[in-house]
Amino acid sequence: MEKRITTPLTAEMTKDLHCGDNVLISGVIYTGRDAAHKRLVELLEQGKDLPVELKDAIIYYVGPAPAQPGQVIGSAGPTTSYRMDAYAPALLDLGLKGMIGKGKRSPEVVASMVKNGAVYFGAIGGCGALLAKCIKKAEIVAYEDLGAEAIRRLEVEDLPVTVIIDSQGNNLYEQGRKDFLAMEK
Amino acid sequence: MKEIRAEQITQVIRDLCIEANCHLPKDVQNAITGCRACEPFPIAQSILGKIEENFSIADQDNVPICQDTGLACVFLEIGQDVHIEGNLKEAVNEGVRRGYVEGFLRKSCVKDPIDRVNTGDNTPAVLYCDVVEGDELKITVAPKGFGSENMSQIKMLKPSDGLQGVKDFIVKVVEEAGPNPCPPIVVGVGLGGTFDKAAYLAKKALMRPVDERNADSFYAELEKEMLEKINALGIGPQGFGGKTTALAVNIETLPTHIAGLPCAVNINCHVTRHKSAVL
Repeated sequence: MEKRITTPLTAEMTKDLHCGDNVLISGVIYTGRDAAHKRLVELLEQGKDLPVELKDAIIYYVGPAPAQPGQVIGSAGPTTSYRMDAYAPALLDLGLKGMIGKGKRSPEVVASMVKNGAVYFGAIGGCGALLAKCIKKAEIVAYEDLGAEAIRRLEVEDLPVTVIIDSQGNNLYEQGRKDFLAMEK
Repeated sequence: MKEIRAEQITQVIRDLCIEANCHLPKDVQNAITGCRACEPFPIAQSILGKIEENFSIADQDNVPICQDTGLACVFLEIGQDVHIEGNLKEAVNEGVRRGYVEGFLRKSCVKDPIDRVNTGDNTPAVLYCDVVEGDELKITVAPKGFGSENMSQIKMLKPSDGLQGVKDFIVKVVEEAGPNPCPPIVVGVGLGGTFDKAAYLAKKALMRPVDERNADSFYAELEKEMLEKINALGIGPQGFGGKTTALAVNIETLPTHIAGLPCAVNINCHVTRHKSAVL
């Protein structure tokens, strides 16, 4: 079934999002991938403030292509999430409630999601041209020197994602494959 | 003897970088469309539909199919009767630089693997040169995304592992990759040669159209068998379950040592891009 949500994403809202749900996200989300995550967690280790407020926020793991003239942003599909696994639990502990990416997560990340009531969404990998159309505004808010890896504040409208791992730890990668193989029998 | 100026090479590579990133090869498009027609699992069908919508938008709007516009892999087949006027490597890198900057493609290259500072223009290219007969220069640009590159593996199998060892390794690599490399994937396999040559063959196998089987009937059959085995895993498009885990398995082989059976598996995503031109 399809659900519509608008950020901020609260713990109350994540309870109603279940593995396999198709969700349309609107509102403000932040981009961040490898290099930005490394810097954020280094700041935390030094006891410093982060350049973005992560409580009830969603981070989209994406390094967009540059905008062509007239575009808000270039192609902007998800990158593979496991590379952020080393950093994600520290951000979830700060109140981050949603991550958008693709691919598997570590048991540590899933445990931290369950503890903090967070959700892992999948956007369709390799569909950057399509997904960019849902991004209505984009501005760099930190680490401009990182280029594609800078942290951007995005305003999105009906960004289509699927709940891969919900706040109870149910996993679509396991469930979907099981369901398909059962159907084939 | 044919003279080719370095500037001509630069211009062609610039254009190929942009074209390869915005226009998915027809054989890959057809394979995705064909798989959607045969896909029995509803969520998988719907994802394949979105993938088709995406490559159509990219095609019409001249925008990158995927934001990961890759490391620029450039393959040159240089005819031995060609003379290149100017610096070939500089010409290639200048073409990549212009293509990625002027084409609004993402710059994904860091100068040092540990220090990780972006070079800012996606250079240098990953350049392979082969010398062939004739007086033509064939240039292929294949932007390679790293979601799938990271899921690739190589194994130095023993001769006693034989055909079964090869089959098991290919399936293991795909299964371990699961949803990470953006399935449906294209699987490039390099068998034989040395450690490095097997990896090169696997990459080269990804340049072959997905609807073209190995010219050797034994390997053509093996490609078909491996595709069936992979598509029985149930991983499906994006890993959400389904029949369409891979679009094709392309195998390339070379003679090897009496003690060895190198086997490299290079995975590509559904955005399997390459574009060629001949000068």
